[in-house]
Amino acid sequence: MKYQEEFRDAHLVQGVIQEIRRTVTRKWVIMEICGGQTHSIMRYGLDELLPPEVELVHGPGCPVCVTSLELIDKALAIAAQPNVILTSYGDMLRVPGSHRDLFSVRAAGGQVKVVYSSLDAVKLAQENPDKQVVFFGIGFETTAPNNAMTVMQAKALGLKNYSMLVSQVRVPPAMHAILGAPHNRVQGFLAAGHVCAVMGYWEYPPIAKQYGIPMVVTGFEPLDLVQGILMTVRQLETGRCDVENAYSRVVSQQGNVAAQKIINTVYEECDRNWRGIGMIPNSGWRLNAAYADFDAEKRFQVGHIQTQESSACIAGQILQGLKKPFDCPAFGTLCSPEKPLGATMVSSEGACAAYYRYHRSRLTVDEPGAV
Amino acid sequence: MSNSPLPPTFEGPVCPLPLAHDEQIVIGHGSGGRMTHDLIRKVFLPRLAGDALRAGNDFARLGLPTDAALRGRLAISTDSHIVTPLFFPGGDIGRLAICGTVNDVSMSGATPLYITAGFILEEGLPVAELERVVASMRTAADEAGVQIVAGDTKVVEKGKADRLFINTAGVGWISQERAIGGEQARPGDVVLVSGTLGDHGIAVLAARGELGFETGVESDVAPLNGLIANVLRAAPNTHVLRDPTRGGLATTLNEIAGQSSVSIWLDEKAIPVQPAVQAACEMLGFDPLYVANEGKLIVIAPAEEAGAALAAMRAHPYGANAAQVGTVRASDPGRVLVKTLIGGTRILDMLAGEMLPRIC
Amino acid sequence: MCLAVPGKILEIYQSNGLRMCKIDFGGVTREACIETLPEAQPGDYTIIHAGFALNLLSEAEAKETLDLLREIGEFDLEQELGPEAGPEG
Repeated sequence: MKYQEEFRDAHLVQGVIQEIRRTVTRKWVIMEICGGQTHSIMRYGLDELLPPEVELVHGPGCPVCVTSLELIDKALAIAAQPNVILTSYGDMLRVPGSHRDLFSVRAAGGQVKVVYSSLDAVKLAQENPDKQVVFFGIGFETTAPNNAMTVMQAKALGLKNYSMLVSQVRVPPAMHAILGAPHNRVQGFLAAGHVCAVMGYWEYPPIAKQYGIPMVVTGFEPLDLVQGILMTVRQLETGRCDVENAYSRVVSQQGNVAAQKIINTVYEECDRNWRGIGMIPNSGWRLNAAYADFDAEKRFQVGHIQTQESSACIAGQILQGLKKPFDCPAFGTLCSPEKPLGATMVSSEGACAAYYRYHRSRLTVDEPGAV
Repeated sequence: MSNSPLPPTFEGPVCPLPLAHDEQIVIGHGSGGRMTHDLIRKVFLPRLAGDALRAGNDFARLGLPTDAALRGRLAISTDSHIVTPLFFPGGDIGRLAICGTVNDVSMSGATPLYITAGFILEEGLPVAELERVVASMRTAADEAGVQIVAGDTKVVEKGKADRLFINTAGVGWISQERAIGGEQARPGDVVLVSGTLGDHGIAVLAARGELGFETGVESDVAPLNGLIANVLRAAPNTHVLRDPTRGGLATTLNEIAGQSSVSIWLDEKAIPVQPAVQAACEMLGFDPLYVANEGKLIVIAPAEEAGAALAAMRAHPYGANAAQVGTVRASDPGRVLVKTLIGGTRILDMLAGEMLPRIC
Repeated sequence: MCLAVPGKILEIYQSNGLRMCKIDFGGVTREACIETLPEAQPGDYTIIHAGFALNLLSEAEAKETLDLLREIGEFDLEQELGPEAGPEG
């Protein structure tokens, strides 16, 4: 496909990696906050090709992983109610709540449907007027317009049987939380390319300045990732802390203004609990007063939820880049993608799941890559 | 004097509304009585009949090849088929059922000979659809050169089955000493595939319509015994034959690596995938290496016979896009690894659970 | 968060009050919402995330990026092999 193959060119990727090798003179810790970028790095085996001075750490960039346990338990309780169809993006089905997941709710007779697009949930509501259709609206800023448009559409169509369980999270407050933490090791950021396609990157210069951290808006293909890393390393080596754009074919500084307008029409900022990290102020969005009728938390009385996280899980430290998955004693033993204990093993973009699936660290013998 | 009519004759209780029930399967079709016999006579026999079925027994008396008394072994396999929708681009549940079992039996190096087919029909299934499925089974069986020799039909109430389930069992004959199996892969062996991966899974997913995408991709469902025979003629010391069905190439190679206690190393850029299958997988966040195939073959052969095996596949209609995709090593037993497009390495694990579209 | 793939806009229409289009991903087509791209035209390329367009793809920027990265690769090659060596064929 055009705009894909060119950015997977092995020759070009190797060329940029060579340049990173030439540029780097000491160790640097660079974080990406985007599940899609974590996945891409692991799936292409990129981290092993980088010079050892560059350490990539993976931030809390997976909206599935950071959705609070309480919200997941609420979703499970709603899905189990008769006459409710819970709709969700595929990633969410495997997420364990305190005691079960959506798969087991489905097996017990609850109606749970995977949708590719949030608009399919609205269609389902139109086709099933006798059922309440609830959409589990998770996501970072990238997905916010998608989810918001469903409530706009439902309101315009006068639908009484559609509502959304909102779990929207925002990147800038997460950056503050990570960079402001006492033991922060992160020295440079790869900013999430598709978040920035929607929001632009006008929010980042104050953060870069406040903490003295360079940031480079980065895409997802191997060539995009090494370019973003190169630009970050060049800034680090010369002591700069600017915001640069390595994904200019999709991202502009102001972002997609129409999308931001939709976000501002439907949402307002709120505090959010990030699974594994805790409460980050103003780090989320919720439906504002004009759309509050469509808030599933208000529509369904699911009662007091007692959440229970596994005591063995160190997801919080992994999400902040303080520990690696193989630092965790439960990694690969008690905790695996089939039976995840916590946030980061849950979705295929969680750092633990990505390491488990792809990483050479699980090999006993280190063999060269030639086939 | 009265001309009273003759008393009616009774053979037993009859349906007060003797509708023909020609168009839809109803519970009575599974009763074992007249309606069942009618169904067999009208739908199954015309399409499937050979001597064994026409004899009308509950068993088939079958012969084995004439050298059976001297040497050789039976291969036997069974499978159940529950695919939705029943008809999809490139095939249907009937073709899938026959090819699936023919292929399973053939993976031992056996010549497949006889197939049985058991049907579980849901009340309300249109008979016309059943007829189409059965006709397709006959076509597939003829192509594979096997006979359908025994069958069974049951009907369940509406809601108790997803329209139609088929179970098949197949019997074949391994006429010479062959050591072919998942445990036979050896370090130094070469891994070949017979063509493009992921076609069937994507075709069926598109046909289901739940994810809303359209594509011209067709299922690759096909009987592979002819292709296998050609490969074994060219490469008689082939170690492993397997078809990467559910779970895709990744899962199947993991099984083999585990059985043989070896590692398998793949070269990502050598693996053939149709552009449309690649595009569908990109859109959904799927990996084509995990998507099901129903007409593809994995061959693991000693290096010195790999070239001949590959040429034999490419010369056959079902192996036109055959390619060498990897090698077998002694280190890290049980692991499958991939050299990625950009020269990195990643582990290729078995498929954990259901593949789901993702947003991350 | 951000699985999004490039696709070409084929035709544009209204559906249920939103601006929609048919997207070609290269042998696979699907409906997608381009409500946030009021200026998009058939033939344009865009990035699609879960059935919605994020932004238009700029061919000019893509080319500039690739040219820049090619230069980096060639520069490195010259450093290793000396200025007489041409780009790897």
